[in-house]
Amino acid sequence: MNVEIIIFYIFSLLLLSSSIAVVTVNNPVKSAISLVFSFFCSAILWLLLNAEFLSIILILVYVGAVMVLFLFVVMMLDINISQAKEGFVKYFSIGIFVFATIAGLLSYFFYNQFDNSSKNIITSIDLIGTDNTKNLGYLLYTEYLLAFEIAAIILLLGIISAITLTLRKSATNKYQNPSQQVNVSKSERLRIIKDEDREK
Amino acid sequence: MIPMSHYLIVSSILFSISLAGIFLNRKNIIIMLMSLELMFLSINFNFIIFGNYLNDLTGQIFVFFILTVVAAESAIGLAIIVVLYRNRQSINVQDIARLKG
Repeated sequence: MNVEIIIFYIFSLLLLSSSIAVVTVNNPVKSAISLVFSFFCSAILWLLLNAEFLSIILILVYVGAVMVLFLFVVMMLDINISQAKEGFVKYFSIGIFVFATIAGLLSYFFYNQFDNSSKNIITSIDLIGTDNTKNLGYLLYTEYLLAFEIAAIILLLGIISAITLTLRKSATNKYQNPSQQVNVSKSERLRIIKDEDREK
Repeated sequence: MIPMSHYLIVSSILFSISLAGIFLNRKNIIIMLMSLELMFLSINFNFIIFGNYLNDLTGQIFVFFILTVVAAESAIGLAIIVVLYRNRQSINVQDIARLKG
């Protein structure tokens, strides 16, 4: 048995079981933790697929930022678990049905459509060298430069909208009132005084 | 080496687990968001596998952009959940139907 095969099967089993835990566990904190674990497992599987940069990005950005945000929100909100789990038993059969149908069909298709010889996975993609990060950076800054800048704008949009949604107006802050500013009349702002020295 | 169809089967099972998770947790919007994240993960998996199969790095570039957009999406979604909880004291999905301007 090859080491790679053993790693693949162990981590795909861990990935699938932890993702089952995400959707079935009662406590949302525990499901967030299992989501973190499934991200770790899939990062290892991506390493096997020669996507080194993306697996590091998955751990740094996802586990480091997005999942911490999730955990923060889950712990900040006081969730009524019994109310949140309402309907779990009711929809259990349809959930299993959806899972079995889609997983069965997709697996059947993939198993038959792509032949199972091991020569299908190509070991590395070389554009300007053997370095995955270098190749990705080369492609990103030449062919996909516009998309890269649009991604930056989308991130800016995310920042602005998240801040404006959750910003609370406090009484100590000073605000401008645009309607008051627009409706101001000349007499409120301008006072004409006579320069008596000059008239003499 | 591991055959490609095994990777594809893992990612399709992951996709169906997350789809079933949206069906199972119809009341809890946070678990629904987490299922969405799992779904995006399986789609990224498919992009990387097919990129490897076709010997093309574009799949990995796509994963890069999907990760960016999903990060922005989850930040906005969590902000909406926080605002919803502040106003309604619950994150029940049925309360969102009463969100009016």
